[in-house]
Amino acid sequence: MTTYLRRSLPRLMAAAAFIVAAGAAHAEIKIGAVLSVTGPASFLGDPEKKTLEMYVADINAKGGVNGEKINLIVYDDAGNPNQARTFGTRLIEQDKVDALLAGSTTATTMAIIPLAEEAKIPFINFAGAVQAVFPVKPYVFKTPHTDLMACEKIFEDLKKRGLTKIGIISGKDAFGASMLQQCMTVTAKYGIEVLHQETYGPSDTDMTPQLTNIKGKAGIQAVVNPGFGQGPAIVTRNYKQLDIKVPLYESHGVGSKQYIELAGAAAEGVRLPASALLVADKLPDNDPQKKVVVEYKATYEKNTGQPVSTFGGHAYDGLMILVDAIKRAKSTDKAKVRDAIEATKNFMGTGGVVNMSPTDHLGLDLSAFRMLEIKNGDWTLAN
Amino acid sequence: MPEFLQFAFSGLTVGAIYALVALGFTLIYNASGVIYFAQGEFVMLGGMVTVFAHAAGMPLPLAALTALVTAVVIGLTLYKFAIEPARGASAVSLIIITIGASILLRGVTSIVFDKNFHSLPPYAGGEPWIVGGAALLPQSIIVLAGAAAIVAALWYFLTRTLTGKAVLATAANRLAARLVGINTNAVVGLSFAVSAAIGAIGGILMTPITFTSYDSGTLLALKGFAAAMLGGMGNPIGAVVGGLAVGLLEAFSAGYISSSYKDAVAFLVILGVLFVMPNGLFGRSGVERV
Repeated sequence: MTTYLRRSLPRLMAAAAFIVAAGAAHAEIKIGAVLSVTGPASFLGDPEKKTLEMYVADINAKGGVNGEKINLIVYDDAGNPNQARTFGTRLIEQDKVDALLAGSTTATTMAIIPLAEEAKIPFINFAGAVQAVFPVKPYVFKTPHTDLMACEKIFEDLKKRGLTKIGIISGKDAFGASMLQQCMTVTAKYGIEVLHQETYGPSDTDMTPQLTNIKGKAGIQAVVNPGFGQGPAIVTRNYKQLDIKVPLYESHGVGSKQYIELAGAAAEGVRLPASALLVADKLPDNDPQKKVVVEYKATYEKNTGQPVSTFGGHAYDGLMILVDAIKRAKSTDKAKVRDAIEATKNFMGTGGVVNMSPTDHLGLDLSAFRMLEIKNGDWTLAN
Repeated sequence: MPEFLQFAFSGLTVGAIYALVALGFTLIYNASGVIYFAQGEFVMLGGMVTVFAHAAGMPLPLAALTALVTAVVIGLTLYKFAIEPARGASAVSLIIITIGASILLRGVTSIVFDKNFHSLPPYAGGEPWIVGGAALLPQSIIVLAGAAAIVAALWYFLTRTLTGKAVLATAANRLAARLVGINTNAVVGLSFAVSAAIGAIGGILMTPITFTSYDSGTLLALKGFAAAMLGGMGNPIGAVVGGLAVGLLEAFSAGYISSSYKDAVAFLVILGVLFVMPNGLFGRSGVERV
């Protein structure tokens, strides 16, 4: 045993020295990303990946952060929470990243949260559901508006229009289920009465039976559809096909041009809460958010040739909050960066004004959401 | 009553698509004994190629034809290079090969095209007709009519043409078929081509209603397989009845019982039927010919 140790000790020391030297030679900020670039949630992960790569290259070209370059490592979990967990472990243990910008969906985010908490790594995610940051976990932050806020925004609008008796048709995926649950917690607050509830599977191709039941229910004044992906587009089409007259509300989960393309003419008049990014050009000039959203939109569309979606914007906000925090912390020390992220104040992102606090790791309020209405195949601000 | 009709329309439209996938399963199972799990991918290919050919400026009929030819060529290629060399392999190996083929097709499609959902304009107007208080899309009629036309053509081909009879003969007994001078390899290849074409036509017809994406074939293969099992593996009539039954079961359980349990209800009924009739509704009983 001792001879073995004596013989291998120099080698071990050499190896250790090499690792230290390698570490010193590459003083860089390592950011790990696990995104759903392919698979059913690719419309989330794809713009997120493009946004991160675009802006990391831009930051590095301008000299990096605190004089250090950012090394961005992106893995694709294809929307699968198991793979998200595997890649999250790999980023933490093998790539030894300084921070995580990960989790395109609620399901993949929930898979990574325990890893980040255990390793005490700052983790900014792009999940829609409120569970991602509530109850508050020390190292977990998120940038997208929550489903609870989306519900409140929708209910606020319904109340304003005097529509209080509604039907809900929701997706059975994590996002739809969570939003439904959140909506039900605030119905009393806005005096909303849910007369009928239906669900559909995430890859269902026909929702007319469910909508027929909603149509047949007397007294329904509006229908709310918590969901994302192609489901809401089919719901919207079937809704029109059944000629249901009451207003249809979609969630912030459909905030991409693809929804309008898929739903076609049936999307006319549909309302949804979304970030200002979708209506960047239509914002009044005195809107404090106008500058950041117009710039992001222009950069994204120039670099990718694709129309901007809110999802890439969430990645932009996450990256900028993290970079800002690293600058203020003047290091990549994980605990210091975490504290700095938590101290983020008046950060103007594509999603709205961010004011983090120890009890709020999202930092957005209802004013961050705009109520949009689809008119002539485009987003407009609803009045 | 309008509710009942609406559920029936919904179920028949979705069921017709399942029926087309089930027909593809049946044809290949008959000719070669292989359960071809890549069948759903041909539905996807039919839709995706049409979408992209149309987007590239081709008129819709030409785009659809391109998709059909592409699917047939890919179907034949897969048969030639993946199925035929493994002819002597066990059923399990063959099934694994077809699953591999389906993963390959999905992967290649996602790279060649993209990973987004796509739609096509409806072929005959987007305004629904109101029948007995229920809304029916013209496109649903097209899907149903297309399925009916394919079944009729298949029936004519199998019972009224010499080539079709050769397929049936190969299905009944490959050795005997070879002894009477039928080129059984060509016949099996033909059945792969025909089932690829049926899948592609299904995809072309359904895309305006259901959308398509590179991974839309997987679920269709699963539902189509369930339909083929319900109808009785190997029986074309059974495939159609099975497909429509699965579609109707889903629609009615979503409408009358609970949309949360509609898949569970549909599969419970299928399990129940198979429990009582292990060979499916129209299946041949497993009599060994000696």
